[in-house]
Amino acid sequence: MIEIGIGHYLTLGAIIFSIGIIGIFLNRKNIIVILMSIELILLAVNINLVTFSIFLGDLAGQVFTLFILTVAAAEAAIGLAIIVVYFRNSGTIRVEEIDKLKG
Amino acid sequence: MAHAIFFYIFSAIAIISAIMVTVSKNTVHSVFFLILDFISISCLFIMIGAEFLGMIMLIVYVGAVAVLFLFVVMMLNVAQQKNQWFLSTSSSGHIPVGLIISTLIFFEIIIVIGGWKYKPDLFDINNSFAEANMTNTHSLGRILYTDYIHVFQISGMILLVAMIGAIVLTFRHRSGVKRQSYINQISRERSEGVQVLEVQSNKGIKIDD
Repeated sequence: MIEIGIGHYLTLGAIIFSIGIIGIFLNRKNIIVILMSIELILLAVNINLVTFSIFLGDLAGQVFTLFILTVAAAEAAIGLAIIVVYFRNSGTIRVEEIDKLKG
Repeated sequence: MAHAIFFYIFSAIAIISAIMVTVSKNTVHSVFFLILDFISISCLFIMIGAEFLGMIMLIVYVGAVAVLFLFVVMMLNVAQQKNQWFLSTSSSGHIPVGLIISTLIFFEIIIVIGGWKYKPDLFDINNSFAEANMTNTHSLGRILYTDYIHVFQISGMILLVAMIGAIVLTFRHRSGVKRQSYINQISRERSEGVQVLEVQSNKGIKIDD
């Protein structure tokens, strides 16, 4: 309990990952919150990579965390641009009303 | 001891703010809790010994991504669209499915962590980078620009493509705005713009315009 090991950090990553999944499934109103949940999932992956990198003594995990950070920033920019264009065209970004693809 | 106390404080803040991101009614509040989550996780990174990544997360997420989210939320005026997933009646079929799937994922990951924890011989790998008495940033830069240089450049290309894609997506042609047209300027002939007239003395000339 007092000694903080690899399991504590991995459990934290697992909890944040699950919260991100819950956020994607349960949010039915606002698509920006879904993007934020995706950011939470990527953050959990970063926690796992950094934890293994520190506890195993291999720097490759931190390098890959940097690249995940890059891809997450690009993904957020593109996703928000798509949301802005969709809002401009159809006037709403509520999840229930986005049904143009009839999926 | 102090490490344990700080770990529990920061991870509690991170988990609570992650929950608040998903259940908060106001989208602006969700963005603020996302910022709090990133800050506490970066404090954890700095505490565990990955200082460079903690600082980079502060710069990239709090400085760029969260501000981008705030900007879009305020530009689209969706802050008042309510976010009450637990009160909605029409789509209640998603809630049990999502809860079941996410708890299943959580327990699967916990099982994997238990497998790591009770297999201690995997941790006997020596710390190969800590022995050189270098800082975290120094050693990270040393392998980032040598072993991973191609991946580094490809990630730069990804950022460039994302920037161009965002600009192209949100670019809008407005009608009624006067613009400079280079092709019209360059292809202008002398006969279109200049007219040579014979002017008789003491009579002047009439220019029709």
